[in-house]
Amino acid sequence: MRGADTLVIGGGLVGAAIAYGLARRGVSTILVDEGDMAFRASRGNFGLVWVQGKGDGMPGYAAWTRLSADLWPRFAEELGEETGIATVYDKPGGFYLCRSEAELAEQETRLQRIRAKNTAPGPDYEVLDHQALAERLPGLGRAVVGGTYCPHDGHCNPLFLLRALHVGHAALGGRYLPNRRVADILPEAGGFTVVTDGGKVQGDRVVLAAGLGSARLAPKLGLSVPVVPQRGQVLVTQRAEPRLAHPTVYVRQTGEGSFLLGDSHEDVGFDEGTTPEAMTFIARRALDFFPYLAELPVVRVWGALRVMTPDGFPVYDRSREHSGAFSAACHSGVTLAAAHAERLAGFVAEGALPAEFRGFSADRFDVQEAA
Amino acid sequence: MTARHELAVIGAGPAGLAAAATAAELGLKVALFDDQPAPGGQIYRGVERTPLADPAVLGDDYRRGADLAEAFRASGAAYHPSCGVWLLTPERELGLLDNGQARFVTAGRVIIAGGAMERPVPFPGWTLPGVMTAGAGQILLKSAGMVPGKGVVLAGTGPLLLLLAAQYLRAGVQIAALLDMTPPSNALRALPHLPAALSAFGTLAKGLALKREIHRAGVRVVKGVTSLRALGEARLEAVAYEAGGREQRLDSELLLVHFGVIPESNTTRSLGIRHLWDSRQLCWRPVADAWGNTGAEGFAVAGDGAGIGGALAAEYAGRLAALEAARALGRIDAAERDRSAAPVRAALAKERRVRPFLDVLFQPAPELISQLADDTVVCRCEEVTAGQIREAVGQGCTGPNQLKSFTRCGMGPCQGRQCGTTVSQLIGHTLGRPVEEIGAYRIRPPLKPIGLTQLAALDGEGEAAA
Amino acid sequence: MFKKLHDDGAERVTVTIDGREARVPAGETVAAAALIHGLQPFRTSAVSGAPRAPYCMMGVCFDCLVEIDGTPNRQACQVRVAEGMAIRRQDGAGETAP
Ligand SMILES: Cc1cc2nc3c(=O)[nH]c(=O)nc-3n(C[C@H](O)[C@H](O)[C@H](O)COP(=O)(O)OP(=O)(O)OC[C@H]3O[C@@H](n4cnc5c(N)ncnc54)[C@H](O)[C@@H]3O)c2cc1C
Ligand SMILES: Cc1cc2nc3c(=O)[nH]c(=O)nc-3n(C[C@H](O)[C@H](O)[C@H](O)COP(=O)(O)OP(=O)(O)OC[C@H]3O[C@@H](n4cnc5c(N)ncnc54)[C@H](O)[C@@H]3O)c2cc1C
Ligand code: FES
Repeated sequence: MRGADTLVIGGGLVGAAIAYGLARRGVSTILVDEGDMAFRASRGNFGLVWVQGKGDGMPGYAAWTRLSADLWPRFAEELGEETGIATVYDKPGGFYLCRSEAELAEQETRLQRIRAKNTAPGPDYEVLDHQALAERLPGLGRAVVGGTYCPHDGHCNPLFLLRALHVGHAALGGRYLPNRRVADILPEAGGFTVVTDGGKVQGDRVVLAAGLGSARLAPKLGLSVPVVPQRGQVLVTQRAEPRLAHPTVYVRQTGEGSFLLGDSHEDVGFDEGTTPEAMTFIARRALDFFPYLAELPVVRVWGALRVMTPDGFPVYDRSREHSGAFSAACHSGVTLAAAHAERLAGFVAEGALPAEFRGFSADRFDVQEAA
Repeated sequence: MTARHELAVIGAGPAGLAAAATAAELGLKVALFDDQPAPGGQIYRGVERTPLADPAVLGDDYRRGADLAEAFRASGAAYHPSCGVWLLTPERELGLLDNGQARFVTAGRVIIAGGAMERPVPFPGWTLPGVMTAGAGQILLKSAGMVPGKGVVLAGTGPLLLLLAAQYLRAGVQIAALLDMTPPSNALRALPHLPAALSAFGTLAKGLALKREIHRAGVRVVKGVTSLRALGEARLEAVAYEAGGREQRLDSELLLVHFGVIPESNTTRSLGIRHLWDSRQLCWRPVADAWGNTGAEGFAVAGDGAGIGGALAAEYAGRLAALEAARALGRIDAAERDRSAAPVRAALAKERRVRPFLDVLFQPAPELISQLADDTVVCRCEEVTAGQIREAVGQGCTGPNQLKSFTRCGMGPCQGRQCGTTVSQLIGHTLGRPVEEIGAYRIRPPLKPIGLTQLAALDGEGEAAA
Repeated sequence: MFKKLHDDGAERVTVTIDGREARVPAGETVAAAALIHGLQPFRTSAVSGAPRAPYCMMGVCFDCLVEIDGTPNRQACQVRVAEGMAIRRQDGAGETAP
C-alpha cells in the first residue's frame, strides 16, 4: 500500500483529531482503524467538554484542559464550516451537583487546590447553595444541597464530533483505512511499516492513538502506554422538550432533546456489558437531581470502556528509540479534541513535543514505582 | 426477594403456550411472561375472548389456538400477562415490567418465544397517517372488531396479505384494490422447491383457496406492482404505483402494506447470541441447534423468533424446547426426551418442507431496498433517509453501528426494529458486500423503553441493587 | 378510516380524546379507541414535526405515541383504556413532568 508522511493508528476521537489536525497542516496522513464492532470509548461517552475538577495533582493537565476549552468555540465553528456537520457544541457553563455537605466541601477543596496552581485569568468557579442553584437550574431536586459552577464547561454531540473529524480529515486529502486491525509495527530506517490484517502500510512517522489497543502496540515502538479499561454505563432517554439549559456532570440534555444520564465507574476488564445495579443507581441519582425526569422513558443503556492511565492523566510521548513515533492516550478525548487537533498535531508535524509536555510522558509511572 | 423459576418462557403465542404447557406437564415449575393481556400471540390474538360475533371470519386455523390456550391454562404453568421482558442477562435474570411495575426474576432455563414482526420496507410516504401494516389491520380486527370504513388498498406480498383480504371479505369489507408486489419471476424460482412442498399439501391448498376466495369476490387484483408511493400531506390521500409500465393512482385514506414476517431479533441479539443472515427469508435469525439451544447458556429459542416457520412449526418447536428443558433440569433423561420428541420432530419436519417454496414464492423484490430513493425515510424515529445512509457509507462508515453513531439512524424509541434489516442490506448493497459480513445493530437494554421512575424503584426490591 | 363491525355489547368506559368524551369498550387499546374516534394524527414527530399515527399496532414502531393522563410517550397500541383516562395528541418531543 502506498504510504504517507504520517500514519495515525486508531480512528477514535484522539486519533481522528490528530489526523485531522495534521491534514490541516498539509501533512499527508493515513488513519488506520478497526471495524464496526471495535471497542470505542469515542462511541459511548458522555459528550462533556469539561474543565472543572480536571488536573488535581497535575497543573499541566489543568492548563491543557483549559486551553482546549478555550480553543473549542472556534474549533467547532471551523470544523462545522469545513464539513457541514454541526458538533452541537454549546458552552453555557456547567454544574457539579452534590447531595451531601461533605461531598460539596470535598469538591470545593478540590477546585481550590487546582485554582491555586492555575495561572489562567478570570473566575474559574463558583460555589452555590441549593437556593442559588435552583434559580439557575429550575426544577432542581431537594436532594441537591449545593454545587459548583464553571463558566468554561460545555458539551457537544461526541458522535457528530467523531464523524466531523473523519469527514474533515478525508476532505483535506487524508486517507482512512477501516477494517485494518494493526497486528504489528516495524520500525525501519527512516520510517515505519504497519502490519494490518488487511495488508501493510508505510509511513515516515507514526502516531499511536489506538485507545486501549495502544497498550499492546506501544512496546513495539519503544513506548509505554499503560492504559486499562474502566467501564462506564450511560442511560439515554427519549427526546423531551428543552428543559435543562446547562450540562451537569451526571445529567445533560442533548441538542436533540434526549437526556443523557451518567455514568458508572467499574473495573471489569474488557466487558462492555450493562448491569441492572448500575442502571438503578444511575436512574436514582438522576431523579434526585431532577425529579421532572420521572416519566421519561429510557430507550437505551450502554457500557463503554474508558481509556484509563494509572493516575487518570493523559499520556503523550515521543519514542527515544524511534524518534518518529508518538503516542497519545487520555480519558477526556472529547474535551481535548480541540487541543489535539490544533496543538498536539502541530507538535507531531514539527517532530517534537515541547518541554512542558515532559510531565505527560509515561516515564512518570516508572519514577513512581522506583520511589 | 427475587423470585426464582425453574423455567421461564417468554411469549404466549403458539410456541410459548406449547412450551409452557409441555414443560409444566413434565413437572417443571414454569412461569410464562407475555406483554399482551391474554394468551394467543399474533396468530391467535384474542382467541379466548374474541369481540367478533362470527369468529369464522378469521378462518379454521384460529380455532386451534383456543385448544392451545386451554391446555396451557390447565397445565399448571404460572401465567403472567401484561408483563413485558425488558432485560435479559447472561446470568438468566429477567427484568420484567409487570403491569407497569418493574421487577426481576431469575430462571434456571429460559425459552424465548417472542415471535415475529412484519418486515419493515420503506417507500415514499410510508410514515403518513393512514399507512399501516396488514398485521395492524388484522390486530384491529381480531382484538377490537374493527375494519376499514371504505376503499382500503392492500399492497405488498405474502400469505398474510391474502389471508387478511379473505378475512376482510368474509366480514363484508369492500377492498378497493390488492396491489400484488410479488416479483413475477418468483414463481419460476420457487418451482424447484414445489415437490418438497407438496408433502404439506394442506398448507398449499389453503393458500390456493384464499386466492380463489379473493378472486371470486371480484376484488381488483393488480399484478406486478412496483414503485409504491403513499401520497398526502397531513394524511394519506392517494396511493400511486406502477403496473404494466403505467403510472397509476388510487384515492384512498387507508393503505395496508405487508412484505412478509421476520423474527423479532432484538431480544435474542441483546444476549449476544450469534445471528445468521437467512438469504432466502431475507432476515437475521439466531443460531440454534435442533432443540432450540443457543450459544447463550440456558437460553433456547422457539417459534417464529427463531426463523419463520408459521404457527404449527412454532407449536412443535415449543414442545421440543420444553422437552430439552426437562432433560437439562433433570426431569427426564435423554432417551425419554428423544422418544417423546420423535413424533413432534416428524410433524415439524413435514411442516418445514413447505417453507423453501413459500419463502421464494413470496420473496420481496431486492430492488425494494437496493433501489430505495435517496429521499425516502428509512429510520422512522430519527427520520434518516436512504441518501444519508449512502452518504455516511461513502464517508468510510463500515457497518450499522458506526452508521448509528454517525447519523442517529436506529437510535430512536423503536431501537432499530424498523430500520435494522433495511440498514444492513442497504450498506451491503452500497459496498457490494454480503449482508452477513456487514452485521447488525448491537442491541442494548432495555428491550422496550422503561420509565426512569420504574428503573429507580427497582432498588427497593432487594437483590436488584445489591 | 375504521369502523366497528358491530356493537359487541362489551362493558364501556368513558375516556376523553383530545378533550372530547367518548364511550369505549373496556379492555380495548388506546390506539383502537382513538382511531375509531378520529384522533388524527396521533402525534407530530420530534425531528421534523411530521404527522404520525399507528403503523404496526404490535408495539414495534412507536409511531402511536400519545399523551395519557398528562404523561407523554405512551404507546397507544399497548395501553388499555381505563375509566376517566385523558388521551391527547402529542406534539413533538413530550414535555417533562412539572
Ligand atoms: C462512559 C464514558 C463517558 C465519557 N465521558 C466523557 C466526557 O464527557 N468528556 C470527555 O472528554 N471524555 C469522556 N470520555 C472519554 C472519551 O470517550 C475518551 O477519552 C476518548 O473517546 C478516547 O478516544 P480514543 O480515540 O483514545 O479511544 P477509542 O475511542 O477507544 O478509540 C480507539 C480506536 O482505536 C482503534 N484501535 C484499537 N486497537 C487498534 C489496532 N490494533 N489497530 C487499529 N485500530 C485500533 C479502535 O478500533 C478505535 O477506533 C468518556 C468515556 C466513557 C467510556
Ligand atoms: C402482526 C402479525 C400477524 C400475524 N398473523 C398471522 C395469522 O393470522 N396467521 C398465521 O398463520 N400467522 C400469522 N402471523 C405469523 C406468526 O408469526 C405465526 O403464525 C405465529 O404466531 C408465531 O408464533 P410464535 O409463538 O412464534 O410467536 P407469536 O405468536 O408472535 O407470540 C409471541 C408473543 O410473545 C410476546 N412477546 C414478544 N416479546 C416479548 C417480551 N420481550 N416480553 C414479553 N412478551 C413478549 C408477544 O407479544 C406475543 O404475544 C402473524 C405475524 C404477525 C407479526
Ligand atoms: S402502532 Fe406501532 S408501536 Fe404502536
